[in-house]
Amino acid sequence: MTHAPGWNDAHHTYFSGHVFRTQTGTIFRGFLIDMKIFLIAEPCVLAIGLLIAVLRTSLSPVLAPVRIGCALYVDIFRGCPTLILLYLIGLGVPALHLHHVTKSVEFWGTVAIVISYSAYVTEVVRSGIQSVHPSQRAAARSLGLSSQQTLRLVVLPQGVRSVVPALLNDLVALTKDVGLISIVGAVAESIERATAYEDYFFNFTPYVIAAILFILVAAPLGRLSDWYTLRTMRRQGWAALA
Amino acid sequence: MGGARVTPVLELRGLHKHFGRYRVLNGIDLTVDEGKTVALIGGSGSGKSTLLKCANLLEQVTDGEIYFDGEEITDPRVDTDAVRRKFGVVFQSYNLFPHMTALRNVALAPRVVGKRSRAEAEQRARELLARVGLADKADSYPDRMSGGQQQRTAIARALANEPRLLLLDEVTSALDPELVGEVLDLIGELKAQGMTILMATHEMDFCRRAADTVCFLDGGVVAESGPPEQVLGSPSSPRLRQFLSRVTHH
Repeated sequence: MTHAPGWNDAHHTYFSGHVFRTQTGTIFRGFLIDMKIFLIAEPCVLAIGLLIAVLRTSLSPVLAPVRIGCALYVDIFRGCPTLILLYLIGLGVPALHLHHVTKSVEFWGTVAIVISYSAYVTEVVRSGIQSVHPSQRAAARSLGLSSQQTLRLVVLPQGVRSVVPALLNDLVALTKDVGLISIVGAVAESIERATAYEDYFFNFTPYVIAAILFILVAAPLGRLSDWYTLRTMRRQGWAALA
Repeated sequence: MGGARVTPVLELRGLHKHFGRYRVLNGIDLTVDEGKTVALIGGSGSGKSTLLKCANLLEQVTDGEIYFDGEEITDPRVDTDAVRRKFGVVFQSYNLFPHMTALRNVALAPRVVGKRSRAEAEQRARELLARVGLADKADSYPDRMSGGQQQRTAIARALANEPRLLLLDEVTSALDPELVGEVLDLIGELKAQGMTILMATHEMDFCRRAADTVCFLDGGVVAESGPPEQVLGSPSSPRLRQFLSRVTHH
């Protein structure tokens, strides 16, 4: 590799000792901001993911509209690429110029990341809940536990435990994707500059179109996995404890 | 029988349970009197398990009524959680909670349903584990126990709510043959102490010894019932004779 024609340039571009000495401090400060956002986003992601997963797996007929809402949430925000969602929310909401609402790109970027990751975590937690055999519910309900008590004391402890590795996987991915917010900040700045000096109007419609296309691909895949899960559940006799 | 009619603990009247077009129960009439043991026998798919699940409302019945201590529990206004507390249920596959020790499995219902303090609930759980001969297994997790020990723990758990009626769903079917005895002995003891029991079983010898009434389920109805010596000793229908010859020769 060191004999490659571009080695000297590449070596200097990627491993410059001078830049290393002068920039590490700045980058570390950026990294700390990233970690700060991560520490705020992660509990939100887990809480929202858990809530939606519980609602989506509820068996009560009364909650059927809520279940549809939860399915739509997952379809839309899991289908939409994170970066596009960041552009749409991180730049779109501040552009609305709402009163008493912050225009901080950092804030709305974090919101976008939380919305996106919650959709993934919802599905992980849901698969954990559904991995608990229905006979466990039958045993708990037979003791006179209510459906909420059964969920809290019997189903969730087992279901969440079985998906901890998958949750950690998403958590690690989140630490990195939080960094995408900085791109939105940079984009916001360059748009500002471009519109100020060059009479240039930036348009996000292509991103909306792209987002819709991605969601259209993801939604049928979600329905397919729903159909498969439902079939498995029916075979195991889940419907019994509605 | 004669004498004053005492209200039975459990009474099923014209019970139907259909799963779509599949009719599992087709008009079951059955009574379980206080202190008695009623055994349900019949081929697999004859509806024994479904009947037990309907009895404590784990399954919603399609038609018919269930009376518990004279109260109709199939009435939609009934609090099903409160009804289920009066039943103790033991399953074929134990269904212990794998994330809890034996002690916490047994203490769960007294704590959560019986609203007792943790100390009280655990004290009660220790007594129950001692009663099933597992005092030394209180801190063991289910996967570290033998099938027989797990099933005895499950029986202790079922007793924790001080149930009026015990429902046993083929509780020895998943056990190794040498472990069947310890569980059957325990059930015999409970019966001797006055427990009311409705059990689905394949243990014909145990039926003969311990059951007061044996009911043969066939085609979704109670095809034959009576004292064990009559039902098992001189079966009147060819179907029952056929069934008995199959289970006793294996």
